[in-house]
Amino acid sequence: MASTTARGTGPDGTADLVQDPSLPPVALDPDVRDAEDRHWTPAKIALWAGIALLGGVSWVVIALVRGETVNAIWFVFAAVCSYLIAYRFYSRYIEKHLLRPDDRRATPAEYRADGRDYVATDRRVLFGHHFAAIAGAGPLVGPVLAAQMGYLPGTIWIIVGVILAGAVQDYLVMFFSMRRGGRSLGQMARDELGVIGGTAALLATLVIMIIIVAILALVVVNALAESPWGVFSVSMTIPIALLMGCYLRFFRPGKVSEVSVLGFVLLIAAIVGGGVIAETSWGSELFLLDKVTIAWGIIVYGFVAAVLPVWLLLAPRDYLSTFMKIGTIVMLAVAIVLVRPVLEVPAVSEFARSGQGPVVAGSLFPFLFVTIACGALSGFHALIASGTTPKLVEKERQTRFIGYGGMLMESFVAIMALVAALSIDRGIYFAMNSSAALTGGTVEGAVAFVNGLGLQGVSLTPEMLTSTATNVGEETIVSRTGGAPTLSVGLATIMAQLVGGTSLMAFWYHFAIMFEALFILTAVDAGTRVARFMLQDSIGNVVPRFRDTSWRPGAWLATAVMVGAWGAVLIMGVTDPLGGINTLFPLFGIANQLLAAIALAVCMAIAAKRGSFRYLWIVAVPLAFASAVTITASVQKIFSDVPAIGYFAQHAAFRDALAAGETSFGTATSVEAMRAVVRNTMIQGVLSVVFVTLAVVVILTAVLATVRAFRAGGGPSSEDAAVPSRVFAPAGWAPSPAEKELEQQWAAHGPVAGRTTPAVRH
Amino acid sequence: MPTAGVTTVPAAVLDALRRAGRGLAWYTRGLVREDAYERYVAHLRATHPDPDHPVPTPRQFWREQADRQDDHPEGRCC
Repeated sequence: MASTTARGTGPDGTADLVQDPSLPPVALDPDVRDAEDRHWTPAKIALWAGIALLGGVSWVVIALVRGETVNAIWFVFAAVCSYLIAYRFYSRYIEKHLLRPDDRRATPAEYRADGRDYVATDRRVLFGHHFAAIAGAGPLVGPVLAAQMGYLPGTIWIIVGVILAGAVQDYLVMFFSMRRGGRSLGQMARDELGVIGGTAALLATLVIMIIIVAILALVVVNALAESPWGVFSVSMTIPIALLMGCYLRFFRPGKVSEVSVLGFVLLIAAIVGGGVIAETSWGSELFLLDKVTIAWGIIVYGFVAAVLPVWLLLAPRDYLSTFMKIGTIVMLAVAIVLVRPVLEVPAVSEFARSGQGPVVAGSLFPFLFVTIACGALSGFHALIASGTTPKLVEKERQTRFIGYGGMLMESFVAIMALVAALSIDRGIYFAMNSSAALTGGTVEGAVAFVNGLGLQGVSLTPEMLTSTATNVGEETIVSRTGGAPTLSVGLATIMAQLVGGTSLMAFWYHFAIMFEALFILTAVDAGTRVARFMLQDSIGNVVPRFRDTSWRPGAWLATAVMVGAWGAVLIMGVTDPLGGINTLFPLFGIANQLLAAIALAVCMAIAAKRGSFRYLWIVAVPLAFASAVTITASVQKIFSDVPAIGYFAQHAAFRDALAAGETSFGTATSVEAMRAVVRNTMIQGVLSVVFVTLAVVVILTAVLATVRAFRAGGGPSSEDAAVPSRVFAPAGWAPSPAEKELEQQWAAHGPVAGRTTPAVRH
Repeated sequence: MPTAGVTTVPAAVLDALRRAGRGLAWYTRGLVREDAYERYVAHLRATHPDPDHPVPTPRQFWREQADRQDDHPEGRCC
């Protein structure tokens, strides 16, 4: 039978989208769908009233009741109920008014089906696949650092932020990319914003990726430094991955689950073995490495991993990482629900107001919103939501479940990380997260520093620090900044209450360190590789030979440039006399949120060109907020005259001290350290200027494109032509009654004979 | 035949467990794209009904699939 290829003439290009009459309906009748939505049975009303009530009560307990303690379970209820309501009502509102997906249209997975990159994938599987791609160490680290401001600011931002900003961004980017055959964010920016906006977006993405990879690597370095156990078990992931890679390549091709089970068993053996080896004198000597050595190790590893074939190292690690990710997150959720830890932390701490917190400097606005990026609003997701996932979506309406729903899941991970970090003693929290410049890196120094902070209800003893360190099998837990060790202590404490008691705490601690390192190193590998391709593509504009990605010298050179760039930032962070994480982490958050602002700006321009002006606020509000946060944060980082906050103020303070002939200043105890601060602050300051300039260019060009579209009542569409779909699948996790009925019709109809791919012009 | 001390598991429970196990296996296979080969072959069969159309062996397919990834890196988020 001839399939009609529609060439759109209507506003959405769907005017002549006629489906094959010999097939059952490929989409629910909109009237049936609306009727189903509006049909409120008493049971349904009771269910949603119950969810709203439970959510409301939980919020009251968290936000208004001021007791000595608060139980973690209220955070879980408040989050889950808010997510359910947002998903059911707000995301549907966006779907109905702003995006208007049309299941009569084939998705790229259908009209470009090639059996490889474009493959229609079951929505539930794709949800997991997408979630595994977006969730990593980010939502586990940011909330831990933000916990210094108390539990309430972080909780509100994670939940409200994801509902109004983060999930909206992911959903919109995924939908618009799907309508464009899975085009990347950079390509969409060029299409919608022109050469200047597009180039700025591409450059910004490249620079931001460098900084994100560098700071993620810094988190790993801080988690592994001075920890023979951690170094051993994390390094063992490399031979394990190599073994898995060879197994899949030469012995049992395609048996991914099988090899993953093998890898997982070896991984657990590596964690247990690490404990044994760290006990021996040779083991603790061999694997006790300082930060600089580990940083160089990661840099060399990053280069090698990015030039080796994917099958050998990257792909098997990615399998392990996927299983670990989903397994650990489920484990953490179950443990928090079963253990229900009690948090003894103020709702809003002194540092939220003063901005003088030792963990990350800066007041609540804007620094809370950049410290917690992943989990609330993460620009990096726009790179995943455009590209891979849209090529696998089966039906247009599923993007709400996968895009919006997937991000809600990541937000839940962030809430659990926050709860885990808050469940440990506050004194220990500050001893772990204040840089060595403040604590001197010693137990006595940490106790004196933390007790000297004058925090209510905090009285730290040396014994608390040493016994916790012994319990988790570490030499020391003082100044283990970066968030990962704190989260691991929290997770180990919670898990130990569930199984094994203190005797298993060391295992759980190193299990947590291992999975965080695994996520991060996978992100480092993949990030370096993606950045290398972007760089090669950019150089290719000038030297065409670089476009050929299989040309070895070009690939090696581009990889070396990218690794060199993030490696330099990493070394700078590791050797920073001011502490590293507390000066660099804001840069990570700002970079990530600027990318979010760029993505939202591109989405706003697209939505405006589609003529959806009445509902443009859905994008404009999070865009305005993300812009305000990142631009304020950048401006403070650049212009603040408080040295702890402003990079150039710090730079000037140390430069003047050097000029005055001083040999120690602040936390820098030598002239060399002072010179390092002068250099580092200059680099960080210049990076801030570059980021914010690029982002402002992108946002301005997007606003310009939006205004132009507004004047013209819309604009040209860069969507692929509409092609009638020939398949049906439900939109959400569970099919609705009407969808079930359609599914039965399709089952009765039998397989579609000679289902071919209609030719499409590009 | 029930033995002493061991209660028999009702067939319905066993059946439900079996179904859950199959569901989990299906899900994990999809999650890590272990079903890529079957899907590719199905795609070839659907688009090229000609029975003589060459179909790669699993080994060939997976080798090619892995090598393709070298040129199409997928980002992983933080």
